[in-house]
Amino acid sequence: MKKKEILVLEELLGSNKKIATEIRKKLEEKGILTINLLGSPGAGKTTLLERIAERLKTNYKMAVIEGDIETERDAERIRAKGIPAWQIITGGACHLEAKMIGKIFSEIPSDLDFLFIENVGNLVCPASYDLGENIRCVLLSTPEGDDKPKKYPKAFATSDCLIITKVDLIPSVPFDFKQAEKEALEINPKLKTFITSPLKGSGIDEVLDYFVDSLRRLRQENA
Amino acid sequence: MKSWTISLTHSVDYVKRMHELSIVANLFEILEEKAEESKAKKIVLVKLQVGTFSGVVPEFLETAFDIYKKETIASEAKLVIAKVPLKVQCQKCHAEIIKDDYVFICSECSSTELETISGTELLLEKLEMEV
Repeated sequence: MKKKEILVLEELLGSNKKIATEIRKKLEEKGILTINLLGSPGAGKTTLLERIAERLKTNYKMAVIEGDIETERDAERIRAKGIPAWQIITGGACHLEAKMIGKIFSEIPSDLDFLFIENVGNLVCPASYDLGENIRCVLLSTPEGDDKPKKYPKAFATSDCLIITKVDLIPSVPFDFKQAEKEALEINPKLKTFITSPLKGSGIDEVLDYFVDSLRRLRQENA
Repeated sequence: MKSWTISLTHSVDYVKRMHELSIVANLFEILEEKAEESKAKKIVLVKLQVGTFSGVVPEFLETAFDIYKKETIASEAKLVIAKVPLKVQCQKCHAEIIKDDYVFICSECSSTELETISGTELLLEKLEMEV
């Protein structure tokens, strides 16, 4: 019996990265801006998407991919706003992977402006998976506490923007905005911060301005 | 209006309750490919590099590896995980700093322009096989 040693140096998530890169390239060629939303269960991801849908749909075309361990509830909420939505039920998996997006890729209409992906509610695992998005947003709701960025650093480090939600619950819940933003910026100095209440509708326009501006830049770069 | 649902509930492929299991599934795809290329009879050692900022817990990888390896070409393989610290270089003062607090501020000059050198990797470094 002969022993053989080989140097591999291959990324374990290399296959996910490859699929994600292909998805991003194809969506960019169609002029579609893709946004991946991360956050704990109950952070307000679906409610934020409902508010976005109400405001975007007069001037833009959008669609939503919903990721959940069980049920089609989130996709139904989005469809009720007149927006196309696909539900991915992971059956236990704690995150979405690029190949799951790949499975529905052919269904995505070419004339979209925005494709939103709502990840499985979880601040840990989804952070390791590129889904082919252009912008990654992490949501942090005020009841979760201002100490979460340092406790879940990867989600904050890999995101482009932080959307603080449920500000309408202040002062019933203690939440120090300065502390949360400071911690998040220490992990990721490039992070853009938005303060919102998806339920009451405040702060949503600022988030939309950022998305619309990003769409414009994406199309300029791909022109 | 689109009304489309994909359910992965009964797909063996997606019975992965923690993302470390899913990563180990990817690892075994690579292992089988490499073993076939080398016409190996079995894999005896698997060495990984796991960054402290990779988002992966090495102990969970070990557990997942032990579950997964049964009845594969790596059923007797030993898993060795080299933990790689998070290392950054300041783009202003060029200091190289090892970080354990995830505060991306240069401890020498307070600049926030830091470039990550290592610590985010999740790599299959090498394999030992019997051929």
